[in-house]
Amino acid sequence: MPIFIDRRLNPKDKSLGNRQRFLRRVRAELKRSVQDQIRAGKIAEADGEHAVSLPSRGTDEPSFREAKDSGRRQYVMPGNKHFAPGDRIAKPGQGGGSGSSPGLQPSEDDFRFVLSREEVLDLFFEDLELPDLVKLNLREIVAFKPRRAGYSASGSPTNISIARTMRNSHGRRIALRRPRREEVEAILRELAELEAAGAEAANGQRITALRAELDRLERRRRVIGFVDPVDIRFNRFEAQPQPNANAVMFCLMDVSGSMGEREKDLAKRFFVLLHLFLKRRYERTEIVFIRHTHTAQEVDEDTFFYSTQSGGTVVSTALEEMQRVIAQRYPSREWNIYAAQASDGDNLASDSERCLGLMDNEIMRLCQYFAYVEIIDERESEIFGSTDNGTSLWRAYLAVKDRWPNFDMSRIARASDIYPVFRQLFTRQPAKQRN
Amino acid sequence: MTKPAPGSGLMFSGSDWNFRTLSHAYDVIEAVAKEELQLDVYPVQLEVISSEQMLDAYSSIGMPLMYRHWSFGKHFLHHELLYRKGGRGLAYELVINSNPCIVYLMEENTMALQALVTAHAAFGHNHFFKNNYLFQQWTDAGAILGYLDFAKSYIARCEERHGVAAVEAVLDAAHALMDQGVFRYRRPPKLSSDRQRDGLRERLDYEERSYNDLWRTVPRPTDGGKADEAEDMIAERKRALNLPEENLLYFLEKNSLILEPWQREILRIVRVIAQYFYPQRQTQVMNEGCATFVHYTVMNALFDQGRISEGAMLEILRNHANVVFQPAFDDPRFSGINPYALGLDMMQDIKRIATEPTAEDRDWFPEIAGKGDWRGILLDAWANHRDESFIRQHLSPALIRKWRLFLLSDAASDSFYSVASIHNERGYEQIRAAMAQKYDIGASHADIQIVDVDLLGQRHLRLQHKVNDGIALETASCDATLRHVQALWGYEVSLQGVDAQTGATLYERSSRQLAEQ
Repeated sequence: MPIFIDRRLNPKDKSLGNRQRFLRRVRAELKRSVQDQIRAGKIAEADGEHAVSLPSRGTDEPSFREAKDSGRRQYVMPGNKHFAPGDRIAKPGQGGGSGSSPGLQPSEDDFRFVLSREEVLDLFFEDLELPDLVKLNLREIVAFKPRRAGYSASGSPTNISIARTMRNSHGRRIALRRPRREEVEAILRELAELEAAGAEAANGQRITALRAELDRLERRRRVIGFVDPVDIRFNRFEAQPQPNANAVMFCLMDVSGSMGEREKDLAKRFFVLLHLFLKRRYERTEIVFIRHTHTAQEVDEDTFFYSTQSGGTVVSTALEEMQRVIAQRYPSREWNIYAAQASDGDNLASDSERCLGLMDNEIMRLCQYFAYVEIIDERESEIFGSTDNGTSLWRAYLAVKDRWPNFDMSRIARASDIYPVFRQLFTRQPAKQRN
Repeated sequence: MTKPAPGSGLMFSGSDWNFRTLSHAYDVIEAVAKEELQLDVYPVQLEVISSEQMLDAYSSIGMPLMYRHWSFGKHFLHHELLYRKGGRGLAYELVINSNPCIVYLMEENTMALQALVTAHAAFGHNHFFKNNYLFQQWTDAGAILGYLDFAKSYIARCEERHGVAAVEAVLDAAHALMDQGVFRYRRPPKLSSDRQRDGLRERLDYEERSYNDLWRTVPRPTDGGKADEAEDMIAERKRALNLPEENLLYFLEKNSLILEPWQREILRIVRVIAQYFYPQRQTQVMNEGCATFVHYTVMNALFDQGRISEGAMLEILRNHANVVFQPAFDDPRFSGINPYALGLDMMQDIKRIATEPTAEDRDWFPEIAGKGDWRGILLDAWANHRDESFIRQHLSPALIRKWRLFLLSDAASDSFYSVASIHNERGYEQIRAAMAQKYDIGASHADIQIVDVDLLGQRHLRLQHKVNDGIALETASCDATLRHVQALWGYEVSLQGVDAQTGATLYERSSRQLAEQ
């Protein structure tokens, strides 16, 4: 009789530690692979599972191995059909005809496997050098809703719980033997009867006794209140965090000729990041892509990033389009609205004023957060630095920034510049909790 | 265990299994295995696992306990991917050479498969592990699980104390030398018991604590023979260090001057595990052949007794046929010789020779042909052979004809292969010898030994590679391995390639040369 052991319920992932060690070892390669994929893929798919392929660099296990292409060897093979000793067979791949070309065969060092969502995000965020604090901050943003949570002895008068208070009062009255009204009334009735009967000696004595008793009861009733402050109970409410389930993210981008590959790539990275943050926070996130030249239109993601359009630049058209979409589909009561705008700062001079007006009066009221990134040349970034001087749109938005705390703007010249924008966003966050 | 009378009903019916039917099937199979084949096995521990757990087991080279290392993670991902893509199925079972013998059964298997697997692993492999001389001499089935447990916790403790990176560096280096970390000829010492190990550890700790630099300054008594000839010195030196030494890990563990005690212990762990697997690599054909022969014989016997239904037998035969499928060399599915098929065919051939020999068989195998007692012959072969010797002695002309084996010669410099021998009278011997050679691990692994080191001088460690048939080492991999040796040794290391026949030096690489690149 053998021993049977059922191991099926044992914890899985016995080799998780090994997997983590492996990933740590190939971190640099993985990072490159993940970034390439995120750059090429859709924004909404950035935080899914990713299949990555690795060249075996850094992961091969060396040993004293024999080289395949040297020396003299002998092979024993099964299934001879027509060979006789002395026959020669051309080696495959050496002009021998039917050899398979090396390109078709999966090369040995092409090593593919699937990364989980967490692993992908970890690698992606690492590149942007987001401190852990910021990564942790991703979890918050909630609205609060009061929820009943028992009773308390203090509170505002509007929250008094009558039933609980009266129950306490009743118990206290019984315990302290507060005279009931019926008792007092009975004595009063007897007194009245006796007084009506006339003043006999026996009666007089009885009356005095009753008076004294009545006095005592009345005093006791005064001392022991019907409702005492100690009886009072208030309904207690606790603020319960309520995750806002829906978020919509507007991506606005200038697609006029001045926005090249590099600019679009930087913008895309910014959009991806913002989307990742939102996706972590909300159950449901939608993305609206609005591109504009001198006119604006809502488009799908591919068109947004990969097709160009010629024309001038009128930013306000995009803002108007956004406003229209909000009014039509995303009432701000039900949706957390986020917007990210990327542009190279070119705008019709007269239009910037109009943008300012639109922002002030309409859009900033609706938005949770509006981020504007201006993508500039690396050389320009040295000139401008952090000065307030800049394009007309930049100056107009500066005014918006002064007035609205949930507006942020930044210049981006390279990928690492994206990070400060997010730092601003997340350091500000706790003050912005809605109530 | 009651003896099942022939025809006493089906062992199981339907494809679902539960622990009662498993146990019953085990008992029935045990009776047949012991009666028909006279197998002698370790007690068995059957463990039911899921497919994820099977993947886990794959990644840690089939052992239930293993220390952590990134390379296991890599293998896990690799297997997982193949499995997910459907490119490769998982094994139905996994068996571990331990006492009690642990057999893993996959939960997905049907009852018929579980019976097949029980016969295959719990009796076939188990018998082989217990009786084969290699396993008896080189492994200690009773101690391996305890040792692995110790290894795992020891390495985990090292990681806590010295950091994951430091431990990983030592393990990487040790893994690179795993093939050169076994004793091929000398018998390894038995695994010591827990108590002895603890004693050793305490002694090392004590030596570390009580180290006194003063001892170094005490003059050595043997300081006289300055006039000795250099060659005498070298010979003396080599004798003192037991050189040449084929087990690089052993040498480094014992003699490296820069390793900390815990690093030596890690080298030792890797070396012990390599040694544990060494017999398995030498007995692939025999081990699988034995297990396949046993399950085939037992299942057929049970079917004849009417204990397996025709439907279940059909399923068993289908799986059996898959396992022993051997495509011809020009088949796209061909990926070398299938050890299951070769082992089974050779063993069935032995049975045939013993019972119905032809004139040719009498000529080739006079000592077994027509003896009739095929069980005894097989039991003897299982106990006293490894693949190389088994094939060299038992591959018969009849089987060479059946498989239509032929021998290809391949010289790297030529643009063609040439057919050296085919299955004819002149070819049998050559094919058999080449086949046996192929399964000789000693011949198919690079022969690398430590030949000299001057501990009192430059401490230059010299390795020698005996080059057979002009087969060189992969340069990149060899250089990387040499760097690992250098990391463990701490001083210059060089590798010299010497032609085994002529003794001429073919190449030389040293760690200094690598550092300059």
